[in-house]
Amino acid sequence: MALVLTEEQSMLRDSARGLISDKAPVSHLRHLRDSKDPTGFSKEFWHSFAEMGFAGLLVPEEFGGSGLGFMEAGIIMEEIGRTLMPSPFLATSVVAASALNRGGNATQKSEFLPKIASGSLLATLAIDEGAKHRPLQTSLQAVRAGNGFKLSGAKALVVDGHVADLLIVAARTAGAAGEREGLTLFLVNPAAKGVAIERTIMVDAHNAARIELANVEVTADSVLGEVDQGATLLDGVLDIGRGAVAAEMVGLSDEVFNRTVEYLKNRKQFGKLIGEFQALQHRAAELYVDIEITRAATMKALQALDADVAKAASAVAVAKARAGTTATRAVQEGVQMHGGMGMTDQFDIGFFMKRARVCEELFGDANYHTEQLAKARGY
Amino acid sequence: MADAKISDSETADLEQFRNETRAWLDANCPPEMRKPVTSDTDVFWGGRNAKFSSEPQRVWFERMRDKGWTVPDWPRVYGGGGLSAAEHKVLRAEMARMGARPPLSSFGIWMLGPALLKYGNEAQKKEHLPKIAAGEIRWCQGYSEPNAGSDLASLQTRAESDGDDFVITGQKIWTSYANYADWIFCLVRTDPAAKKHDGISFILFDMASKGVSTKPILLISGYSPFCETFFDGVRVPTSHVVGTVNRGWDVAKYLLQHERAMISGMGERGVGRPLGQIAADSVGTDGQGKLDDSMLRGKIATFDVDEAALAACAERAVDLAKAGQAHPAFSSAMKYYGTELNKRRYEILMSAGGLDALEWESERSKQGARPRAWLRTKANSIEGGTSEVMLGIVAKRILDLPGA
Repeated sequence: MALVLTEEQSMLRDSARGLISDKAPVSHLRHLRDSKDPTGFSKEFWHSFAEMGFAGLLVPEEFGGSGLGFMEAGIIMEEIGRTLMPSPFLATSVVAASALNRGGNATQKSEFLPKIASGSLLATLAIDEGAKHRPLQTSLQAVRAGNGFKLSGAKALVVDGHVADLLIVAARTAGAAGEREGLTLFLVNPAAKGVAIERTIMVDAHNAARIELANVEVTADSVLGEVDQGATLLDGVLDIGRGAVAAEMVGLSDEVFNRTVEYLKNRKQFGKLIGEFQALQHRAAELYVDIEITRAATMKALQALDADVAKAASAVAVAKARAGTTATRAVQEGVQMHGGMGMTDQFDIGFFMKRARVCEELFGDANYHTEQLAKARGY
Repeated sequence: MADAKISDSETADLEQFRNETRAWLDANCPPEMRKPVTSDTDVFWGGRNAKFSSEPQRVWFERMRDKGWTVPDWPRVYGGGGLSAAEHKVLRAEMARMGARPPLSSFGIWMLGPALLKYGNEAQKKEHLPKIAAGEIRWCQGYSEPNAGSDLASLQTRAESDGDDFVITGQKIWTSYANYADWIFCLVRTDPAAKKHDGISFILFDMASKGVSTKPILLISGYSPFCETFFDGVRVPTSHVVGTVNRGWDVAKYLLQHERAMISGMGERGVGRPLGQIAADSVGTDGQGKLDDSMLRGKIATFDVDEAALAACAERAVDLAKAGQAHPAFSSAMKYYGTELNKRRYEILMSAGGLDALEWESERSKQGARPRAWLRTKANSIEGGTSEVMLGIVAKRILDLPGA
């Protein structure tokens, strides 16, 4: 596979870019933040997104979706990154849809996937419990009770947790925190008795929630995949999420960079355009190289996921690690080169800086993924 | 749907090509040629005085030459393999998979060949390309001068017209392997009155011509890959100019893109075992099998991430070029990152090797192969245009930032 977009993919990018930049520029996020919007995204816009087939992009055609690949999902995520558009696309259309598609039985698929494709159901994955992304450290307990299970524990940074219609919860049916064996994924109704959801306003003004489960009863039909064997399913789903977030960070980095280069071409100091100063030219050029390399690594990861999710781990680790480092650098340089203006809330650059920080933590930061690569290579 | 069918059959053809290539390489690449090169003297450069360092090296070269696979993507009529872009990619991937060495290293292949294919006339192509492909003539590059290094266009070597000849007088520096080369591709000033980029020509001549002399320059690595090269009234037929007289800068720039792409790709040429495992041998591991130096381990892992990302970018650069979407200055971006990364690789290798990596003259250290290679890489970010020049090119030509 060539690492360039096909004609169809370029058309998809253009239509997503047109729609998103027109209807959801950065001012859209700013408005949602300032009005303390209870939903945190535009439902109306989400429906037009769904009508264009984006909500069900990864859902197979037999369940009403478009049946496209992770490369296409990455294309949408990159455009989302350019305007920081808050939307259920990542949590519902990428992560939850993949979890259901890969781990669901026939009943689960036919119940939930068509609703995801039509944009009528929001779903999310609840995984991390501590401050950092450590999926194997899951300790939320699921104990057998009659024909089903009782779930007790807490989750943090559940994306779209306060508006989701379906929670996919990682729990421990056996073993201890840190072990691969004994993890199980459950489909949990957020309206069930014992579920407490607190919306957490995050630094980037995107949706997240803290969720507590106190003896929440679920039936045996709620198990996604196999009991105790959830780690492998989770690995794949998380890698898909990581590839998507890397793509969002590529879009975010590229947009900050473009805005910064424009600024260098227009801002005068000491009687010169600041873009004439070699010190700034070289830093801008380094950043350009960083972004191009990260873009290629991310495309490589998305292609690897399309070829075989189970074999994509190293390519995904490279992409997520690079994307985190590059996005951090891009926003740091963006703010610095914009000078005092970059520090003001009125200017958009700060929004990118905040979102980059969240994307860096989401599904594992650069350190986590660099460590994964070292482990995979056996040193 | 018609498109899908065509691409299906192309995919099937390519799979067949992959299988045949794999089988051929398995049968024809000697085991000794599937190990990384350990020193400069273990590389086959071809030329009139070519020497093979081993019998397997000769066998491997001759088999690949006979298939046209020293230059797989050149047209067959010029001694190439006539492979399509997609087939060439498959061949490279299959060679990389088995760790096969390049059968022939050659400035003729990396730099002059592409320039001749684009700018040479038919007679020049027929004369020179097949000899490059067959490793018969070893070329060197006459670009830099004592006062025209990164500021290449200020070169002063003169070529004065005299009947059907040019008479060339001047000096070049940093001429890699000039003392072993048979021919030189050279930038000379044919119009001293013109603006500095407009009076330069690109000319080819035999290093055995009267008036050519070379003198090696000893480097910090203890080697002399570079020379000073002197021209004292060298007579060269005007027909040896490639492209148009006084328009040599176009050829030079085109060739530099290939040189930069070549230098940026040095990391991928048979480095051998992963750094983490090399380090584990000398540093040791803790109870969990992790390198017993957590800072070094972190540096290696970060390096591995960056190297994998660069490899993806190099692959993409080729794909973009084939799709006609490449920015002409992108090779400068790759050259910058690739050379800085290669320096990091060798800094890590020295750190991992500790005291063992400091031996300079001993049999055990293969005559100091590692420290010499480490020192050699320090030139990567200078030769072919410094890192600073590359960043300047990216800033001005790709980002369109204003001139001072």
